[in-house]
Amino acid sequence: MIIFYCLLIFMLIAAIVAVETEKLLSSVICIGAIGFGASLMFLFLRAPDIAITQIVVEVLGLIILIRATISRDLTFITGDREFFEVVVSVVIVFVIFLAGIQVLQTLPDFGSPIFAQVADAPSNTYVSRGLGKTGAANLVTSVILDFRAYDTLGEATVLFTSIIGATVILRKKCRKKMEETTG
Amino acid sequence: MKGMTVIVKTITSWVKILIFLFGIYIILFGHLTPGGGFAGGVILASSYILIMLAYGRDFVEENLSLPAASRIDCLGAFSFAMIAILGLVFGGSFFVNFLFQKYLPGQPLNLVSAGTIPLSNIAIGLKVGASLFLVIVSLSICCKDFRPGTSVNKKKE
Repeated sequence: MIIFYCLLIFMLIAAIVAVETEKLLSSVICIGAIGFGASLMFLFLRAPDIAITQIVVEVLGLIILIRATISRDLTFITGDREFFEVVVSVVIVFVIFLAGIQVLQTLPDFGSPIFAQVADAPSNTYVSRGLGKTGAANLVTSVILDFRAYDTLGEATVLFTSIIGATVILRKKCRKKMEETTG
Repeated sequence: MKGMTVIVKTITSWVKILIFLFGIYIILFGHLTPGGGFAGGVILASSYILIMLAYGRDFVEENLSLPAASRIDCLGAFSFAMIAILGLVFGGSFFVNFLFQKYLPGQPLNLVSAGTIPLSNIAIGLKVGASLFLVIVSLSICCKDFRPGTSVNKKKE
């Protein structure tokens, strides 16, 4: 349990530094530290699937962010925060915190599965009969590609649509046209 | 943008194939060991991103051009949808695991098992890898040409 608290404090410190620092590059590096802390936490919670995905996506996202920040001229964050925006953010965070307390009280104890409380939860079926119904030894894969394949189809559709948008907006031809019109 | 130093280029030429093989392993064994289509696809994309960072964007576009990556992306999405529709045709409902239930049960813990799940993993891996590669190459085009302030000043001069 101690290692989770250590990782949690590390991630909290990294998050506060990422918000409070003035250099954009160190803010991006702190975001990377939060991601690697989350990946280590998933690994210690015995969820290697999510740990692999988290660390790999974190590396790619960090590369994109560092490239985007290094090539920019504006690497310093300047300007004071406005009072009204700070108040609104604090209120929203406080409401989410209260809702989180209410939700977390309904969850089972740390480490115990949810079908210990609710007998006919769907995860009970996945764990007990997943191998016989799908033949996949990795139960996570059997859930995301067999039991809940609609979810994966939606995720793939979202990715596909966003890639189409990104390539259409960011391609060379479009960039040249934009420079011609603005110049 | 001609890439980095010769040290980075040499190490990249050793490491890139290992990263690519690890991505293929993660995709192919996704139904047996931790991993799967999404993580493996991101690893495949990251091997190309490493080449792009070390050698420059022009070198990587000779190996895997943007239209080819776009075609691989579409192929992955199309094959994943086709697996779902084949389940409707052969198994009776959308996304049913018809290969495991009727035609090719296979032994658990073997590479050929679990019916359509490895095929879906391969389709998603192709799709995710090609699309993330496309995103990062598009963003690097954006970063190269578009800097706030500089292009506007050139136009004024």
